Amino acid sequence: MNFVERTLSSLVNAMERALYAEELAKSDGLLQRLDPRVKVIGILTLVVASAVAHRLWVMGVIFAVAVTLAVMSRVPFGILAKRVWVAILMFTGVIALPAPFLVPGREVWRLPGLDWPVTAQGLASACYLVARVETAATLSVLLILCTPWSHVLKALRVLGVPVVFVVTLGMTYRYILLLLQTAHDMFESRRSRMVGKLEGPERRRVAASSAGVLMSKTLQLSGDVYSAMLSRGFRGEVYVLDDFQTSKIDWIMLAVFVVLASGGFYFGL
Amino acid sequence: MHIPDGYLSPATCAVLYASSAPFWYVALRRLKRWLSTRLIPLLSVFAAFSFLVMMINLPLPGGTTGHALGVAIATIVLGPWASILALSIALLIQALFFGDGGITTLGANCFNMAIVGSLVAYFVYRLLAGRAAITSSRRIVAAALAGYTAINASAFCAAVEFGIQPLLFKDASGAPLYAPYPLSIAIPAMMIGHLSFAGLAEMVLSGGVVAYFQRANPSLLELTAPGATRGDEKPPHRVSQGAWSAVRPLWIALGLLLALTPLGILAGGAAWGEWRARDFSQAAARRRIAAASRNLAPPPQAPQGLERLYSVWTAPFPQYAPAFVRRPALGYLLSAMFGSGIIILIFLIVSSLFARGRGPREADSMKSHTGEG
Repeated sequence: MNFVERTLSSLVNAMERALYAEELAKSDGLLQRLDPRVKVIGILTLVVASAVAHRLWVMGVIFAVAVTLAVMSRVPFGILAKRVWVAILMFTGVIALPAPFLVPGREVWRLPGLDWPVTAQGLASACYLVARVETAATLSVLLILCTPWSHVLKALRVLGVPVVFVVTLGMTYRYILLLLQTAHDMFESRRSRMVGKLEGPERRRVAASSAGVLMSKTLQLSGDVYSAMLSRGFRGEVYVLDDFQTSKIDWIMLAVFVVLASGGFYFGL
Repeated sequence: MHIPDGYLSPATCAVLYASSAPFWYVALRRLKRWLSTRLIPLLSVFAAFSFLVMMINLPLPGGTTGHALGVAIATIVLGPWASILALSIALLIQALFFGDGGITTLGANCFNMAIVGSLVAYFVYRLLAGRAAITSSRRIVAAALAGYTAINASAFCAAVEFGIQPLLFKDASGAPLYAPYPLSIAIPAMMIGHLSFAGLAEMVLSGGVVAYFQRANPSLLELTAPGATRGDEKPPHRVSQGAWSAVRPLWIALGLLLALTPLGILAGGAAWGEWRARDFSQAAARRRIAAASRNLAPPPQAPQGLERLYSVWTAPFPQYAPAFVRRPALGYLLSAMFGSGIIILIFLIVSSLFARGRGPREADSMKSHTGEG
């Protein structure tokens, strides 16, 4: 696969992931039914609880809570396994692998053949790292998969994020999808015109020029968007429609999240 | 380099959020004043671009490919403050919607990549590009090195953040709670990859995009090149007043350094390795050499090569003290003035030789390209 095809594949993957998240966010599950503000607060407190925890079993319980939430929200296990659990094992697992041999501490075993000492502290530190990263990533992915992005952004306002940032983030997300399409078209047309192989320096020139063209188009787009906003009466002030309404289940789930996170803080430290 | 949740302790994350906040605040204030109502569309569309540029697969020398961050090119086109905000927004979107980088570690990622990356890229680019013409190849080299330095500075910050975790955060048994490797492992592990592949990818992207803009749209490079000409225009006439005001801080700094040179007398003994041939045969000097070399006794005689070459050149002012000056402080000062004077003289001769070959140029006024978008 050459660099144009690889770039195309990354672009298509990103588009697929964004569209899949939008689809799943519309389905009928526990997290999908909750007010986005409750979800953002609840899941973020659980992420922080898992980050603070000093005990493996506490991280295990929070991970089990995340898996239960995934089941109740109809998030397919295959997606979680492929996108989170295996992906993290391949990355963080590899990073944690030398820790049992490198972290000093009480020797519990020697690797046969190589005679490398394995320490209890090293094993514990590798487990802490993998468990913590798996738990936090599962929770983050649940938030992403079960909430339309526009709702996540509006919900960020309850965390004190200024409205100007919320609007900018919303526009950024929208233009990511548009520019993904533009970049995809650019690379697709380049691929369709290419016969044979390019030399190394030429390949680099093409890749850098494509980034340059994309940047010029971006600045052009920014000017067009600004003109469009002005023509619709934009004068610098931004407003966001807060159309969220909490129901009984939101309050119940908020209480559940708070109890779980408090338990995590209490037992984890 | 996107640090996921779980690698850094909440305390480290909080400190890095707090460290990033003033930069975000200043960047927002400056850009609001500069862009006014244009701020939101420019930032949002450019953040989308920053997100996308990280996906482009760059062919590297040696047949591999890699991804770049695009921090130097964002800084060169938009300036450091807009780059800080655009990259921070792109990193937030990556963390929130694409699971790349953590939510608790967002402050750390923004600090390393958006803030340190943008500022380092800006200073390196401005320093190396100087007042070179917009279309000068020096700007391509400056951009490539700015990208390379910026990505490595970001990686170094991340490595230090990883490396301090096992020092500060352990459980009751002494097992590290977060990233488990100390600085002695974290720094080489991070830097090897970034000094080679990631740095190279950033170099290819930054240099390549600047070269493309020089051909296709040079006005995009004008924001971070104040006083530079387009390359196809004539150079400015040097107005002595303007030239003096531009380099005045350097002259003042040079004057201060000259005045402070007698401080060198305060340091006792000779610098390690700067021994004279006769020091090897004097008992007091031998003791000083041994003390400065972890008590390793120096060879009984001066090495033959040192003895032979030592007499090749005899300095006019040995030990920074001309023979006719009695007071050492005055000798230091005179030596400093003499040395600096010779260096300045050489540069004046070289620059006058270069100027003769080029002819006069005219200054080009800086204009904001974003308004044209």
